[in-house]
Amino acid sequence: MTADADIAPAHDAEEKAPGLSLTERLISAPAALPLLTFAALLIVWEASARIFAIPSYILPAPTRVIQGFGAVDAGRWVAHVWATLRVALIGFAVAIAVSLPIAVGLAKSRLLSRALYPILVVIQSVPVVAVAPIIIVVLGTDDAPRVVITFMISFFPLVVSMTTGLMATPPELIELSRSLRAPQHREITQIRLPYAIPYIFSGLKISITLAVIGAVVAEFVAADVGIGYFIQFSTSMFKLPQAWAGLVILVAMSLTLFQAVSTAQRVFFPWSLPKERR
Amino acid sequence: MALVPEAIRFKAVGQTFATESGPLTALSGVDLSIAQHEFVAVLGPSGCGKSTLLRLTAGLMTPTKGHVSVFGHAVDTPRDDVGIVFQQATLLPWANVLDNVTFPAKHKRGRVDDMDRARAAEVIEAVGLKGFETRLPAELSGGMQQRVGIARALFLNPDILLMDEPFSALDALTRDAMGFELLKLWQSSPKTVMFITHSIPEAVLLADRIVVMSARPGRIIADLRVPLGRPRDERALRAPEVQDFAAHLRELLIAKEAMI
Repeated sequence: MTADADIAPAHDAEEKAPGLSLTERLISAPAALPLLTFAALLIVWEASARIFAIPSYILPAPTRVIQGFGAVDAGRWVAHVWATLRVALIGFAVAIAVSLPIAVGLAKSRLLSRALYPILVVIQSVPVVAVAPIIIVVLGTDDAPRVVITFMISFFPLVVSMTTGLMATPPELIELSRSLRAPQHREITQIRLPYAIPYIFSGLKISITLAVIGAVVAEFVAADVGIGYFIQFSTSMFKLPQAWAGLVILVAMSLTLFQAVSTAQRVFFPWSLPKERR
Repeated sequence: MALVPEAIRFKAVGQTFATESGPLTALSGVDLSIAQHEFVAVLGPSGCGKSTLLRLTAGLMTPTKGHVSVFGHAVDTPRDDVGIVFQQATLLPWANVLDNVTFPAKHKRGRVDDMDRARAAEVIEAVGLKGFETRLPAELSGGMQQRVGIARALFLNPDILLMDEPFSALDALTRDAMGFELLKLWQSSPKTVMFITHSIPEAVLLADRIVVMSARPGRIIADLRVPLGRPRDERALRAPEVQDFAAHLRELLIAKEAMI
């Protein structure tokens, strides 16, 4: 909150730009460096796969992976992507819906926090991959068990970040609320929750990528559609290039979802970001 | 003096907190009377229970010993005629200046009406922030943020203004300027002010009376009238008798420190 002092730094990089060396310019352009590194990696990968004649079931060259996309037609890809995306998003939504009231309870009541927190830690400590088959048997083979598995893997970071955020409110604002004798629920909705937004979003960013992992794990155990299913099916047939193609799609899905959460924060809650990133 | 009603009254007040290393006595045997529209500075080292004094008056806590009353009524819950300004402005970072100032209405009643907005415009102008209504706190300097904090406290037009080292987070120049502006505000719209500070010059500049406190347990060791008329300016502060008075306050604080 020292607005006096920190007006200047944001513009430094641009002002210095004209007389920069190549390396300095690369560092100052945020996207260039990682893209170049990535391209170099692909070239090395392609070259070594060809030079050392690595069999494609061990490490397919990038060009073979691209061919792998042609293994099934576009309509089938869409079906696989949609199945995984749907489970990941529903599981993520359930995780948000469940962790919010839990976090409010943990933040407001020390008793509840003592009673509930150990159980949450135990649930978090259960290896979800190991429970997945059990859940499938109990809940059947439609979306429900996959959503539950996704929820289990993605809700804990949300509870922790929301609770931390709800407790991070400056005590003076709580005193202000008390001095106004405002109803309790407004202390939550008008002070604590908005204050928790930056924390909630760091939890959401972790949670959304975990949700994709959850959906894939669930598909490994029991599914007949979805990218996780597709990868498992492809590997069992030793069709590694198309399994890699599935992997590339999963990575793209995770990155897109992560980016969507970041964008939502920037659009709806710009004040919650550090100044230089608004 | 006899005609002026008593705004705040502390009668043999003691406050003990339970801590992990045993009970901690923050205040002991505090007797204090503040008249309506009087400006009283509470001066003391950190940890002398100054803030406890303020929170007791605000009804945010109840004393473990003795009684606190405001306008003759025992304080057992926060009152509408008391406004608080905190050490940090503690504004809502997502709300602009206007919404921060009207926040007490929104928080208390759940909505903000046209009368609230008119009142907000009034206090925003009074603290010199006209034209900044739509700015976010992060776009304001520290001094301007604290002006918003003061406007928020004045918004409900309280009779008593409790200020907890409100300028201590500001740089020295801003701090002096804010002091003079606070005096102007106070003179144009009189309020009973309890002003917590650890700065002797600030206490001397602002207050009618200075209550000096000792560190743990917090006790009142002196209750002195400031030998200065009003309105005050920088020159009046440099007068020899004012300098002597400040030196006397310093001795009081240092002597007590040395005894601990």
